Amino acid sequence: MSEAEAEERASVVDPDDERMIINMGPQHPSTHGVLRVTMELQGETVLRSKPVIGYLHTGMEKTAEDLTYLQGPTNVTRMDYASPLFTELTFSLAVEALLEIEIPDRATWIRMLMCELNRMSSHLLFLATNGMDLGAVGMMIYGWREREEVLRFFEKVTGLRMNHNYIRPGGVAADLPDGWREDVQSILKVLPERLEQFDVLMTGQPIWRERTQGIGVITTEEALALGATGPILRSTGYAWDLRRAMPYLAYDEVDFDIVVGTYGDTFDRYAIRLNEIRESMRIVEQCLELIPEGPYRAEDRKVTPPPRARIDESMEALIHHFKIFTEGFKVPPGEVYTAVESPRGELGCYLVSDGGPKPQRMHIRAPSFVNLQTLPHMMHGGLLADAIAVISSIDPIMGEVDR
Amino acid sequence: MTEPPASLDEETESGEEEMPDDDVERLHGAAVTVTNGQTVLHTDKAEYHDLIEALNDDDYGVCVDLCGADYLGNDTRSLPATVPAERFELVVNLLDVKASRRMRVRVQLPEVAPTVATITDIHPGAEAMEREANDMFGIEFEGHPDPTPILLPDDWQGHPLRKDFSMGRIPVQFKAVDGR
Amino acid sequence: MPDLSDVKHKLGLGDDGLAGLGHNIITAPIEELVKWARRRSLMPATFGLACCAIEMMATGTAHYDMARYGMETFRASPRQADLMIVAGRVSQKMAPVLRQIYDQMMEPKWVISMGVCASSGGMFNNYAIVQGVDQVVPVDIYAPGCPPGPETLLHAILALHEKIRTGELTQRRDETGRGAEIELGHEAAMDAQPEPVIIRTGGLYD
Repeated sequence: MSEAEAEERASVVDPDDERMIINMGPQHPSTHGVLRVTMELQGETVLRSKPVIGYLHTGMEKTAEDLTYLQGPTNVTRMDYASPLFTELTFSLAVEALLEIEIPDRATWIRMLMCELNRMSSHLLFLATNGMDLGAVGMMIYGWREREEVLRFFEKVTGLRMNHNYIRPGGVAADLPDGWREDVQSILKVLPERLEQFDVLMTGQPIWRERTQGIGVITTEEALALGATGPILRSTGYAWDLRRAMPYLAYDEVDFDIVVGTYGDTFDRYAIRLNEIRESMRIVEQCLELIPEGPYRAEDRKVTPPPRARIDESMEALIHHFKIFTEGFKVPPGEVYTAVESPRGELGCYLVSDGGPKPQRMHIRAPSFVNLQTLPHMMHGGLLADAIAVISSIDPIMGEVDR
Repeated sequence: MTEPPASLDEETESGEEEMPDDDVERLHGAAVTVTNGQTVLHTDKAEYHDLIEALNDDDYGVCVDLCGADYLGNDTRSLPATVPAERFELVVNLLDVKASRRMRVRVQLPEVAPTVATITDIHPGAEAMEREANDMFGIEFEGHPDPTPILLPDDWQGHPLRKDFSMGRIPVQFKAVDGR
Repeated sequence: MPDLSDVKHKLGLGDDGLAGLGHNIITAPIEELVKWARRRSLMPATFGLACCAIEMMATGTAHYDMARYGMETFRASPRQADLMIVAGRVSQKMAPVLRQIYDQMMEPKWVISMGVCASSGGMFNNYAIVQGVDQVVPVDIYAPGCPPGPETLLHAILALHEKIRTGELTQRRDETGRGAEIELGHEAAMDAQPEPVIIRTGGLYD
């Protein structure tokens, strides 16, 4: 046809014809759980998108009102199942703030050691799934191989590979077992060169860079306006880390750097998490040296159960054990909000007590829930393939998104 | 824990409403309490939006958390004398990233019509949190851009986190499986 | 007229239709071959929901390695999968999706309910979680644990292999999951009282 005819035809065809609304999920192979994203595509370009969540809503906040404070960590630990110790930690810190008890130094340092190891295992999970989503399928195997090292240590200390219920109000559930130093040192010996392998596989590789640089860009103002914290905020160049800004546990006594990006894109978020593993290893090394001796939980028998051996000897110990495990210890009325820096951002616990053994209201401020609001913004204008990269780089854990 | 801000005793600078003559400390017109080292402002639904805006100007620029709470049957919560207790509360946690300090705002909402203004015009990040509070408690947010259910199925009846919504337990079942 | 039905059955001449063919000497090797092929190359559909999904992924990776059983390829599309490992808690919103994915799988298909949340609701006996995925789909193997470690999942998979090996070639199952056969609407759940539960026997095939 002639040029004039073609032009006329183009003006008659509705440009909106190219738009379609497609649905991605809730069951899809991108291994981030049950996230559903509805997207409006123009050809291959994503215009608008909306994450639809709620497919894993478990009613955990309602369940928490029915569990005692000692049982609480079993519930909250299953929210962020990639880094469960952090949710246990924030819940325990909230309860201890309401109880106004001090926990021993050794308990604090054990908590810090376990949390940093958990940060490492969570970031390794991120590297594995991020790699696989973007095509480096071998990364899945490598990341999990490393993660197994850390999980083996967790199983030795806490008894479980995941969802440990180890950090409880008053301290930790059990002391570190004999030989733990050798185990941690073997992890620290093996990991650095494997991280170098990841650098070779991904960081310097042109295909990886093409797929991640400039994708899913967000600025500091946008991130702060949407409440995004953690690696997303740090990738924009803003060095906000609760471990430095509002230290908890013993983070003001150890030396570590905050890893910050420049462009706010997917590559920055990947690199930040990779380097945060290295920073966590530094903290773990310092924990190995600086951890003090002492009790591993507060000695207040009304809060922490007595050692099992004592139950045979002492009547009070038996009564305390019984009261704590059946009725639960009572927490004075009050409210508190505590926050820790989880691998995904600010993980907070707002706890209201009515003086009884069960919470009046427990709310967990889940970082992934808030971070997911950046998704439409980051996906806008990108290609569909980039949408996968963006979802993966936010690293959402749907258990804590939906609770 | 964070320190309470230094400027607790200042009068409201706008002065558009008359100053109440009690000796409760006030910040931007809202009563202040300090609990566990954390500063809490108490307000009602009429003043809420302006308070959040004033705090935003005060550099509390990040809305970290917004949630509801149901105090049906609770008689141990502590409120300043000037704040009448209602059944529902909206709790907003704000963060000042420049000075590393937090502020909490508690809004009393009545049982019958728990509606309040949305703060998504000040803090866009509150959008998902307000939808969750709506699902869980039935708190309505006027002016919210997308007031649809977020965590619950679209056809869900009831608001689960209310104290009069039962846990929904069913009796434990024992299932026999062939051959074992 | 003498009752010859069990004699006929033993000779493979009964009314079992196609299932009866497996019992004679000609088709038995073929049947064994088919069952061997099926169990040695199960393809799981990705249905990881929550924490159990992490352990399922761990089972698929190097340390525990499902690939030695031919199962490392998780098919994203249910049309290409024959095993659905329901790994994690199923919420009320997700239950229709679960059923839809199950319906999209083609026969023969099996379901492993991984973890206590999928098997019975787990620690979450509340308004939001379906108390056992067998209320929605028929389940072959239940794997307990919270989460079940990779060894437990591998045991469940091997138990399924055994079930395939010893089971009927052309199994026909009830189309709906029967669970414990408790019908509870949402309103009834809200004022459910503790009641004694009558234990009955009932398998998947009667």
